[in-house]
Amino acid sequence: MVKNRIAYPFVAPSMLVMAALVFFPLINGIILSFTNADQYNTARRIGTEFTASTYELIGLQNYQAILGTPTYQFWQIFGQTIIWTVSNIIPHILIGLCLALLLNRRIRGRAIYRVLLIVPWAVPSYISGFVWRFMFNGEFGFLNNFLNGLGMQLVPWLSDPGWAMFAVVIANTWLAVPFNMVTILGGLQSIPPELYEAAEVDGANAWDKFANVTLPLLRPMMMTITLLGVIWTFNSFNLIFLITEGGPYRSTEILATWAWRLGFQNQWQFGIAAAYSVIILLILVVFSITYIRLLNRPGRESAI
Amino acid sequence: MSSITKSVVTPKPASRPTRLLTIVPKQSITNWATHAVLIVVCIIMLFPIFWVVSTSFKTQQEIESSKITLIPENFTVDNYTHVLTGLTGTVTVPGEGRYKINLFLTWGRNSLLIAGNTTVIGVLLAASAAYAFSRFKFSGRRLMLVAFLITQMFPGAILIVPLYNLLNEWGLLNSWPGLVLAYSTTALPFSVWMLKGFFDAIPYDLEEAAIVDGCTPFGAYWRIALPLILPGIAVVAFFNFMAAWNEFMMALTFMTGDANKTLPVGLRNFVFQFNTDWHYMAAGSVLVMIPVMIGFLWAQRYLISGLTAGGVKG
Repeated sequence: MVKNRIAYPFVAPSMLVMAALVFFPLINGIILSFTNADQYNTARRIGTEFTASTYELIGLQNYQAILGTPTYQFWQIFGQTIIWTVSNIIPHILIGLCLALLLNRRIRGRAIYRVLLIVPWAVPSYISGFVWRFMFNGEFGFLNNFLNGLGMQLVPWLSDPGWAMFAVVIANTWLAVPFNMVTILGGLQSIPPELYEAAEVDGANAWDKFANVTLPLLRPMMMTITLLGVIWTFNSFNLIFLITEGGPYRSTEILATWAWRLGFQNQWQFGIAAAYSVIILLILVVFSITYIRLLNRPGRESAI
Repeated sequence: MSSITKSVVTPKPASRPTRLLTIVPKQSITNWATHAVLIVVCIIMLFPIFWVVSTSFKTQQEIESSKITLIPENFTVDNYTHVLTGLTGTVTVPGEGRYKINLFLTWGRNSLLIAGNTTVIGVLLAASAAYAFSRFKFSGRRLMLVAFLITQMFPGAILIVPLYNLLNEWGLLNSWPGLVLAYSTTALPFSVWMLKGFFDAIPYDLEEAAIVDGCTPFGAYWRIALPLILPGIAVVAFFNFMAAWNEFMMALTFMTGDANKTLPVGLRNFVFQFNTDWHYMAAGSVLVMIPVMIGFLWAQRYLISGLTAGGVKG
């Protein structure tokens, strides 16, 4: 590698657009969260006419309204977000791990299985949303027709709060397992076979090998994808938005979809939506730091 | 980084003698069970896709009956004909009056235009930055790389309000350049990390020799390094295209009016406004899904090796 000023012209364009369209809006969003900005007092251009913003700083009022009053239903939706995240991440990782272990065996047709299993990953997520909404349809969706055919009771997949959450978790698991499976499989294949041979020489059985060779070596990678998975699931928007629209009775709304709705539906409260987003970011940052700290305690191998 | 080429060409060691030493009958039972589990999981994973493809060839009556027909009883392509030719909307252009447009094709053209431009701009930006990160030491290098990673943590919603206001101020709402800018920027961190991995895998010697022979540093990048990582460029191009082709939240927020929508947003309106048009929805979904899936299946192994290669070194 060469120490060189010539690098700057190469990185400048990227840095410029990142600054303009990611970092500047981020700071702007944080500022916006301390204002009463909404659709009517924000700068806009209609045709050639430009109207400047007239919103004002209102201190922590947005945060107080969100966290301290029931108006914006923060605590209920925060609870739902946690249920959503936890009930997604556990099956994502466990099913991903099991499938990866199976695919790591020397069996015939392994490559074909692998390609078939990642197909859901290839489907645009909004199409997955449509497909699952259709599958869950109460009247003529596949699942209820199937239950009906078996003579079982029909399930109110999307019209009952509890079932609706279950339904979106199923759909999201379907969507997320391929990524986890492929990443864990990559990790499994990077474990040197000599370690297993050595363990066998020492008389280890299959379980010993899994518990004492596979798991410890997979751990750093598993920790990383768990963290990424939590962040992605916590922030996921498309699937919930497309399958249930947050309903019924806001029972499947999570913070990310709800923040969007406050900003861009009905009331167009940009200030409140920005404050919500900052709270989401803070929750994730605090979670990530705690998670990394806990995992990197002395005596443990560094995970990230 | 050698792991790219290595993991693509030889995904695993040729033999693992230890596995073969296990007693044969036990091995064949567990193999049989492995196949059984994998086949069941494959069916579960593929079924929803199969179901929507099958639905797209059914009549509305057949879809709404309570009988399950895996293969359409009355096979029809009417749904496709309708989606491609029958969806029309009216657009008013100031000064030109009102005229009819074909909605699906309009949305498709918007999506293609946006995804195509995102691909070109995204790749050009990412490749030069990745080249600098791979080849040169400079102050701020580490900070920039870390900053790229941190952007992955933001909730989409935190950027969307300020971006909306920014595009509004610039007069870029409801116009495709606005979305192209937003997409090529949000795809940038991942693209840069991927391409850096690809540049790391090729030696600097060739470019050095070219510079000694009087080539400019930019010429060395453009004429020597870039052509060598064409597979990487193809994958990142595909990734940018997919990201723009699939993006939903920003398109929903920034583009209003039937004539400006992209496919994801346009198709969604279908479902929510006309709750009975599942047969058209299915056909529309298949039309959108098939090209992306073919591209994805081609790109997947490079994507996977790129993911692991890019993340290893700082």
